[in-house]
Amino acid sequence: MFHRFANPTRFLKLADVIQPWIAGATLVLLGAGLYFGLFASPPDYQQGETVRLMYIHVPSAWMAMFCYSALAGSCAVALIWKHPLADLAARATAPIGAAFTFLALVTGSLWGKPMWGTWWVWDARLTSMLVLLFLYLGYIALNNAFDDPQRGSKSSAILALVGFVNVPIIKFSVDWWNTLHQPASVVKMGGPSIHADILLPLLLMAAAFTTYYLWVLLIRIRTEVALGKIRARQMQKAQTGYKG
Amino acid sequence: MVKFTGTDLVCYRGERTVFQGLTFGLGGGEAVMLRGANGSGKSSLLRLMAGLGRPLSGVIGWQGQSIADDPEAHNARLHYIGHHDPVKPVLTVAENLGFWAALRSPKEDTNAVMAALERLGIGHLAGVPGRFLSAGQKRRVNLARVLASSADLWLLDEPQTALDKAAEHSFFDAIAEHRSNGGMVVMSSHADKNLADAMEIDLGKFQQEARSGGAATGTKQEVQA
Amino acid sequence: MTGFMLILRRDLHLAMRQGMDSLMVVMFFVIAVVLFPFGVGPESNILARIAPGVIWVAALLAAMLSLERLFQTDYEDGSLELLALQPIALEITVMAKVVAHWLTTGLPLIVAAPLLAVLMNLPDEGFVILIVALVLGTPTLSLIGAIGAALILGSRRGGILLSLLVLPLYIPVLIFGVSAVDAVISGFEAKAQLLILGGIFFAALPLCPWVGAAALRQALD
Repeated sequence: MFHRFANPTRFLKLADVIQPWIAGATLVLLGAGLYFGLFASPPDYQQGETVRLMYIHVPSAWMAMFCYSALAGSCAVALIWKHPLADLAARATAPIGAAFTFLALVTGSLWGKPMWGTWWVWDARLTSMLVLLFLYLGYIALNNAFDDPQRGSKSSAILALVGFVNVPIIKFSVDWWNTLHQPASVVKMGGPSIHADILLPLLLMAAAFTTYYLWVLLIRIRTEVALGKIRARQMQKAQTGYKG
Repeated sequence: MVKFTGTDLVCYRGERTVFQGLTFGLGGGEAVMLRGANGSGKSSLLRLMAGLGRPLSGVIGWQGQSIADDPEAHNARLHYIGHHDPVKPVLTVAENLGFWAALRSPKEDTNAVMAALERLGIGHLAGVPGRFLSAGQKRRVNLARVLASSADLWLLDEPQTALDKAAEHSFFDAIAEHRSNGGMVVMSSHADKNLADAMEIDLGKFQQEARSGGAATGTKQEVQA
Repeated sequence: MTGFMLILRRDLHLAMRQGMDSLMVVMFFVIAVVLFPFGVGPESNILARIAPGVIWVAALLAAMLSLERLFQTDYEDGSLELLALQPIALEITVMAKVVAHWLTTGLPLIVAAPLLAVLMNLPDEGFVILIVALVLGTPTLSLIGAIGAALILGSRRGGILLSLLVLPLYIPVLIFGVSAVDAVISGFEAKAQLLILGGIFFAALPLCPWVGAAALRQALD
């Protein structure tokens, strides 16, 4: 029953083996993706060179969703099976997911300027991304709002699951709201006409972002384990202090 | 006959093992005094017994069945006194107690509440709003809540806090009566005053084991890391 | 009397004795809406255009402000752990408190809404649908809010944190609530919006007390 102590140790060993491979894969995929995206693919006949922003924007948006699913999944495992690593994984995933969401929003905004002539348009996808960012921030804030980290991870795990259930409802309502208020004449980013030239760098970048996520996830979990050890030390000191 | 049991309990709170390997058994009319320094887990154990928390491992059972299987049935047979005295400032003492008594048995009349208040010497406070009570009076109201409706198991976390000698005496009388009717009591206390022929659990012992155990795993982890 | 009714009666009793709480929520609602004419100018066509949205957003914020106290006082004085130790399912307890919250905040907001609609120059045909949409939407706000109120128990900076947790989850109710009123004002039917609002409410009705009770359990652990 003392898996709280045993499991991170086994995990750290495994992480030591995997981490260099993941780091290598990230660099290779990212290099290839950037080469194909920036040099080896043609500019769009309509959007010109700005289309290349899509190679960052679209994978970021995918990762934003993927990370939130991973977050909710880890939280479910943490709540149901009380697996300590799931807690750490959830805690470590949230800021990465928030960063991808933010990146998707920023690139969307940059892309919007030449396309729509303004930095921000209440486009359905961008708006959903914005709400997703709020969900991430709420999770992170709640996670850090307690003196006892265990309380924080349990509370925020429940919130993440509630948020996960709500994501489709929010998505649906935002789409509804958007069609009411704006004619859908604007050019949709990453629309249906995806060309093979575009698809290759897009998939490469998506793969690179995924391995990057795993890489940072490993680093962050190791940090959390180390922080846990430090807290355990301090706790031990406080306890021995009691007895004098 | 042993009714209320705990088997090989491990309590883990605030990122530390508070106690481990704790086992107890209580039969009708029996009482347990919990002893131990601050932070040794007296309150934590009482909360586990009440079902407010779950042990990391081990089982707390009632007549062989885990209390986690049917928490509401367990709630129905216990009274709990914690660190706070939940007395609402805008409700009178009688309204405060009437609410809690009604939750337990819908047919309970107000006489039981009045009798409990009289027994602890605060019958005259029945119509007074909670905001005018002193700390000692609030504690007595809270204890009267326990007397106002029946339950087999009393879990008392330092019930004497803020009580004067007279009130303490009448409450101990009530405990003795409860036990003579086959009731059970688990009580933590810093005071020397003991319940008559009560068992004793010194949580310090289980903590000692836990601490060396924790340290051992800690070093092992460091070696491997 | 059932446990549900006992807890509901107690919470209403407490709210009545503490009096000012519900009144403050309504006052906040009124003042928040009244700020808008100052902010955007008093042209009646502009006010009429934004009236449904402004009233809904202010109602959202007012409902949220009062949420913090839903469990907080009971948590601090030990009543909450005692409530959790009664022979009543915790889900029922949460439900009773949610109903009490709606009766003491949601209902007064609905009563005050027509007055604000007048101040905001809402077209006549919008009044009934505004009330109907609020009646369908505000209970959902109390239900979802109960989860947030349970999650923040014992945290630092509870109130401001609560807004961060709960407001994003309120967006669907806001969208369909406003859209219903807008539709009727522009001469369309609002059946779809009302059905969706009702659907959200009936989905939240069993789920939120269940999740709220789980959140309370871990707060008391």
